[in-house]
Amino acid sequence: MTGRSLLLASGSGNIASTTEVVFFWLLAVLSVGAGLGMVLARKAVYCAVLLAVVMLSLAALYAMQGAPFLAFVQVIVYTGAVLMLFLFVLMIIGLSSADSLVETIRGQRLAAGLAGIGLLVLLSLVVGHAAIGPAPAGGAGPQNSNVLGIATLIFTRYVFPFEITSALLITAGLGAMVLAHRERTTRKPTQRELAARRVASGHPTPLPGPGTYARHNAVDMPALLPDGSPSELSVSPVIAARTSAAPVRAARQATALPPGGQAPNGSEPPQSAEPGGARPARSVPSAGGPSEPAERED
Amino acid sequence: MVSPADYVALSVILFVIGGVGVLVRRNAIVVFMCIELMLNAVNLAFVAFARMHGNLDGQVIAFFVMVVAAAEVVVGLAILTSIFRSRRSASVDDENLLKY
Repeated sequence: MTGRSLLLASGSGNIASTTEVVFFWLLAVLSVGAGLGMVLARKAVYCAVLLAVVMLSLAALYAMQGAPFLAFVQVIVYTGAVLMLFLFVLMIIGLSSADSLVETIRGQRLAAGLAGIGLLVLLSLVVGHAAIGPAPAGGAGPQNSNVLGIATLIFTRYVFPFEITSALLITAGLGAMVLAHRERTTRKPTQRELAARRVASGHPTPLPGPGTYARHNAVDMPALLPDGSPSELSVSPVIAARTSAAPVRAARQATALPPGGQAPNGSEPPQSAEPGGARPARSVPSAGGPSEPAERED
Repeated sequence: MVSPADYVALSVILFVIGGVGVLVRRNAIVVFMCIELMLNAVNLAFVAFARMHGNLDGQVIAFFVMVVAAAEVVVGLAILTSIFRSRRSASVDDENLLKY
């Protein structure tokens, strides 16, 4: 690293500094824009993705400042572990919870904006008054490489905080397990009870898959029954709640149309309910009536 | 060459964005994300100062900040999950049990 930076400093330091300036402004605009988008986006998943953009650009900024170890830790720990944890918890919790636009405290947004501007002015004044000198040309760190230098510091001067960090991590993992654990309040049903419950529910077969005989086979597209009506059993209730049953309505309208361009995979359109149709007979359960959901054949 | 003051200015901007997000947003997970943004902004300032002083102490501190932030996220998200289980909501407005 030092050899390369020396070479750059002696020969083409101008080009290197120009590259750094260009990349700095690019990444600065990118990260600030993504940060603003994260605050303004209403859906939590968009916020997570935009936060990933901010963190990746910060990793690039670390690498530009002679901190390759921190850049990699940023990508691995933050973007890889922490953000994935955020996304997992979002899938468990927050999917249906887009922020409401109703202000519960009156004037909260205005006050928050004013507080933000005040904080910005305050911090800018502090930074402007502080004597932040230019970076030394040799880059950060002593003569050794960055990883070696950080390892030396961690295992000599900062060895006690480092040990405490391990205790903190163990405590955090244990705490997460305790907090996320759910005590079972009822007895676990046996396999026999589950089978009996399934038979008693009136629908012992597997539920129909989405998209069977429908126009396309997306997960939110309900399967079509032998009489052409969409089967609401075929769509997961979570998806049906999120999409507010719009595809079901769309499928109803599609079946009301004449069967012109339907069924691109060559199968017969489902509203040909006459017995001479090309529909395979095995798709209708023998014991069920025509309103029974079609068996999954793919 | 970009001076460390520019990096610190960027860090200030990101920190303020995160702070405003904490004040404005009401989904608890998004509030958490904004806190992470603030921590990252401070890390950027640490790295810039480390470069300015020509030693690695700032980078080590930033590394410790990352470790502590990871532990905090783990515990915080576990708390959010358990709150969601009992209250069926991830909004910070609904956690008002201690208010009355």
